[in-house]
Amino acid sequence: MSNLFFARTQFGVTTVYHFLYVPMTIGLAFLLALMETVYFRTGNETYKKMTQFWGKLFLINFAVGVVTGIMQEFQFGMNWSDYSRFVGDVFGAPLAVEALAAFFLESTFLGIWLFGWDKVSKGVHLLSIWLVFIGTTLSAFWILTANSFMQEPTGYAMRGGHAEMASFGALVTNMQQWFEFPHVLFAALTTGAFFITGVSAYQLIKKRAVNIFRTSFQVAAIVGVVASILTAVLGHDQAQHIVRAQPMKMAASEALWNTSPEHAPWTLFTVIDTNKKHNTAAIKIPYGLSILAYNQPTGKVQGMNQLQAQYEKKYGPGNYIPPVKTTFWSFRIMVLAGVLMILFSLYGLYLSIKGKLKEHPFFLKIMILSISLPFIANTTGWLMTEIGRQPWAVFGLLKTASGVSPTVTAGMVLTTLLGFALVYLLLIMTDIFLFVKVIKDGPDKENPDSDAADTTVPSL
Amino acid sequence: MTLNALWFIIIGLLFTGFFFLEGFDFGVGILVPLLGRNDTERRVLINSIGPFWDANEVWLIAAGASMFAAFPNWYATLFSGFYIALFLMLLALIGRGVAFEYRSKIEQPKWRKFWDWVIFAGSLIPPLLWGVALADLMKGVPIDGHMNYVGTFFDLLSWYSVLGGLSVVLLFVLHGALFITLRTAEDIRDRARNVAMKTGGLTTFILFAFVVATYIETDIFTKIGVDPGSIPIVAGLALVSVRFLVQAKHYAWAFAMTGITIILSTMTVFVGLYPRVMISSLNANWSLTVFNASSNTYSLQVMTVVALTIVPFVVAYQIWSYWVFRKRVKLDHLDY
Repeated sequence: MSNLFFARTQFGVTTVYHFLYVPMTIGLAFLLALMETVYFRTGNETYKKMTQFWGKLFLINFAVGVVTGIMQEFQFGMNWSDYSRFVGDVFGAPLAVEALAAFFLESTFLGIWLFGWDKVSKGVHLLSIWLVFIGTTLSAFWILTANSFMQEPTGYAMRGGHAEMASFGALVTNMQQWFEFPHVLFAALTTGAFFITGVSAYQLIKKRAVNIFRTSFQVAAIVGVVASILTAVLGHDQAQHIVRAQPMKMAASEALWNTSPEHAPWTLFTVIDTNKKHNTAAIKIPYGLSILAYNQPTGKVQGMNQLQAQYEKKYGPGNYIPPVKTTFWSFRIMVLAGVLMILFSLYGLYLSIKGKLKEHPFFLKIMILSISLPFIANTTGWLMTEIGRQPWAVFGLLKTASGVSPTVTAGMVLTTLLGFALVYLLLIMTDIFLFVKVIKDGPDKENPDSDAADTTVPSL
Repeated sequence: MTLNALWFIIIGLLFTGFFFLEGFDFGVGILVPLLGRNDTERRVLINSIGPFWDANEVWLIAAGASMFAAFPNWYATLFSGFYIALFLMLLALIGRGVAFEYRSKIEQPKWRKFWDWVIFAGSLIPPLLWGVALADLMKGVPIDGHMNYVGTFFDLLSWYSVLGGLSVVLLFVLHGALFITLRTAEDIRDRARNVAMKTGGLTTFILFAFVVATYIETDIFTKIGVDPGSIPIVAGLALVSVRFLVQAKHYAWAFAMTGITIILSTMTVFVGLYPRVMISSLNANWSLTVFNASSNTYSLQVMTVVALTIVPFVVAYQIWSYWVFRKRVKLDHLDY
């Protein structure tokens, strides 16, 4: 197997892994900031305890997010040096702005927030967690600016065989970015919200610190309802943009081999045969795809065969059809997870407001399992976005195969792939182990790590 | 001054910031299992860098990302060329970062000891490899006409580059020990002082040996003649003064001096390299320079505006965060 294969696998593994942690970091930072704001305004100790308890889980998660993020930055140079030479002029800038404008902010103020409970004023402490949230959000903004360039290149000019930046404004105002970023941001808030409702549900079943977790559930459920609905709405807008900007990705995620009739039905389920390029069975919803694509029951959507012919004319011979099955199923799993999240958070909020949560232990158990839903949706959404763009690294400009490091051998990439995979596996096991421990200890356990428990530290 | 030169300076400053700041927290990390006699002492050591290490590491991320943006060819050649070395460094940084967060979460001695050694290794490997990398950057590495590194991992290791690695590790241990004298009290501070006294001489000796070797192995100094100018000389004098300042218990001054040594030594490397960013040992014409490795002028202009707008704020709030945590770590205030 080639270095290209291993480099792609490594990129997939490290990026998906990193993206398990990032949305949760953003979401939890927002919810922590929200809880501390209530504490600041009302002086209600429940909210302080909530902030500190969820803060512990936030920090465990944050640590892995940060360290795996360094890997993300370095691997462009390590495994994709030709890609880096080709687009560094454009792609490097948002990465540099991310480091300068976002990483410094979030890491410095996280230090102040974590260690500063009694060293800075309440107002400065509150400001610190908001700045951490703003930092994580800016980070997402800039990295998605870079990603959007890969999806839909703007603001560049081709000179001497590589892309040069021609307009920073065009790079930042890329339409792809303005659909992608809000969608990802609200998905991240949903992730944080479902983590908190799920863990709170567990604590409520166990009848631990009922006051804290009833309140946590309600705060997170409100965020969950708003964020999950907005994620879906914005995702719909983004899909409509993709129909125009990346028709091949849309065709693949619909397994649409040939251009649809005027009234395009939406395929709920089908059996895809990628060799014969057709689907053997399907359950279809009439007019669905037209509505999805254009908000009206009429409108053709281009098929993969026709697009393939167009692309061959435009870009020369080659296979321009991405892995159809992965794209198709990723899209459906993401949408299904999204729909479930909307329904569960709405029902959870209803029960929470009515004060009936404890009468529905079965639903609480569902909420515990639902912690997995945003992670599934985030991962499949990311897979659809990145795999649906193949064979391009930068759409229309550079194929993934042309971006790989030419002098790095397959053996070297395999070595690092195995190394990272092993370490990441150990990390996620340790992480879950620590999450479970902190959750089981609950907020009332005197923990030597929070300053509420200074007295438990042994003296010399 | 051209924008290319300006960005070379900015990246040089970001690396200098990284070596100066993360230098002491690497040093403290190396000393955690060696200097801390029990769990509480080790926690005091970790907490002395607790609020800072993460932001210090961002200096490296910012340097790497700026390199990507301003000199994509430098970034591509360096990171694909020093592949295995970077892999080891990334594993070290990953382990170290989570170790700080994980170690205090479980109270078992075995658990904590394990993470203490991860902190040790994670703090030792990066400076060692950066020292090796700096030596290789000065000496030159096999780069072909397509700007690709064509050597192996072992081509990066020579007696000279290992000496470079050792110099950086020792300098950071000294820098870290002096930081500990500023942030802790009583017993630990006294032991940190002893470490500084003991390693000070060795550090000075190895570093001077490395400077002599650099005269022989590279053109960094020969470019400017036998007299290297004030920058490296002041760096050397600052290092020599540390021992006397520690003896006189002027710890803050001693820490400032190791800081000056780190800053001026890094400057010496960058000044000596200019206008090259990576030297080809195969053919001088194949070296990467600030001109053939850079982004276009427009891109550099945009980045300049961004950097000049943001960096002053970054420096300001980082200084403020050191001010917030200026008091010595007390035993009853351990967060990690």
